[in-house]
Amino acid sequence: MQNADGKGDKMINIGVLGLQGAVVEHMEKLQQINGVSPIKIKTKQEIESVHALIIPGGESTAIGKLMEDFNLMYIIADRIKKGMPVWGTCAGMILMAKKISNYHRTFLNVMDIKVKRNAYGSQLDSFRTTLRIPEVSDSEIPLVFIRAPYVEEVWNDVKILARVDDKIVACRQAHMLATSFHPELTDDMSFHKYFVEQMVIPVLNL
Amino acid sequence: MNERYELNKNLAQMLKGGVIMDVVNVEQAQIAEKAGAVAVMALERVPADIRKHGGVARMSDPKMIKEIKAAVSIPVMAKVRIGHFVEAQILEAIGIDYIDESEVLTPADEMFHINKHDFKVPFVCGARNLGEALRRIGEGASMIRTKGEAGTGNVVEAVRHMRTMMSEIRRLQNMPKEELMTAAKEMGAPYDLVVWVAEHGRLPVVNFAAGGIATPADAALMMQLGSDGVFVGSGIFKSSDPEKRARAIVKATTYYNDPKVLAEVSEDLGEAMYSLDVHQISKENLYAERGW
Repeated sequence: MQNADGKGDKMINIGVLGLQGAVVEHMEKLQQINGVSPIKIKTKQEIESVHALIIPGGESTAIGKLMEDFNLMYIIADRIKKGMPVWGTCAGMILMAKKISNYHRTFLNVMDIKVKRNAYGSQLDSFRTTLRIPEVSDSEIPLVFIRAPYVEEVWNDVKILARVDDKIVACRQAHMLATSFHPELTDDMSFHKYFVEQMVIPVLNL
Repeated sequence: MNERYELNKNLAQMLKGGVIMDVVNVEQAQIAEKAGAVAVMALERVPADIRKHGGVARMSDPKMIKEIKAAVSIPVMAKVRIGHFVEAQILEAIGIDYIDESEVLTPADEMFHINKHDFKVPFVCGARNLGEALRRIGEGASMIRTKGEAGTGNVVEAVRHMRTMMSEIRRLQNMPKEELMTAAKEMGAPYDLVVWVAEHGRLPVVNFAAGGIATPADAALMMQLGSDGVFVGSGIFKSSDPEKRARAIVKATTYYNDPKVLAEVSEDLGEAMYSLDVHQISKENLYAERGW
């Protein structure tokens, strides 16, 4: 990582898929973590250059369509299958799922979860709450749900990290993290730190 | 209220880098979604037709909006007349995702805009300059778009409005604090919002471009000028190959700074919409002049 003088060793390059959605918000969060260099990803070459990837919130149909049209789908899925740490928020969760209960297809098809898109309804049903998620932080974490999905079912080694009103809203499977909500829209750093410290750093040989 | 307003600004953040398309029926809405639109604007006539047919343009039939809502999974927006808060109440009642208080429809009130703080549902409003944008935000808009000149297929007004907003933001950023109250007075904008913009160098809400975008190059131009995304009204479904043009504009909006991609997607799109020189339009027919 970084030496005390701030120069020194290698930076951790974390990509944020930059096709559409709340991209800058994630980049600004990552910027605040020492030793992390956020990179906006739009091309195959850029995907090869990162140690880990965040798939942001946005419209999953739009992001999925762009991934497909620009031949990024296979490359991203392949890197995830080979162990690249990845975190999907909201639309990102949908794109990672192996099953989508109310849509005719899947996208990256990498995580053993079944999600329901727009599970809460229209924008009038968007909401904010707080929750303690022991795996991630000792303090309460603010959670923002925007036309959010939730997870209906998990299988294999998927670990459920959080539920809100009985609905699964955060889970992890090895190097893959998925959240229905948007930590990038709050001031709280817990999830970004968790991703970097618990999921990215341990698998890197820097 | 404050929390609801934050959530509404948040939804606009999720639309960034995307294209919002005008659609007049279920079939068009599905084409838009398939092409990668981040939202659709449901209305009875696109601006080019409103211009052609004249008469009073009003909120669309709620039945038609509900059908479109049922047919797509992306957010559905719809327009109300400036100042027509009852049309807004109706759209809120049917659970619309976003309301556009729009100059494209015939204004219901020539003095006052809707007090958008009264609503749970989010609003997007048009603006020609920073003062107008901040007045709308002051009234509770959680997203702004340039007015441009809708239904013309001519991007010149959208460019003018975006450039004006950006240069006024830069001007505020360079002001010492004691000059901001005078700037607020001159712009007719709420002081606290003027101070916020001076400190942050951007609008406090997402800012899209609208009004005259007809080609992938137009969309990329607006993105390079600093807009967060684009609305395309008549530009898609008034062109000769809507599906192809819709896909091309979506791609151009994402890869706005990659001329190679722009060249590729601009190829062989067929005829753009029928277009108008804004200088030939009489003043009372300029939609951007509606509202204040």
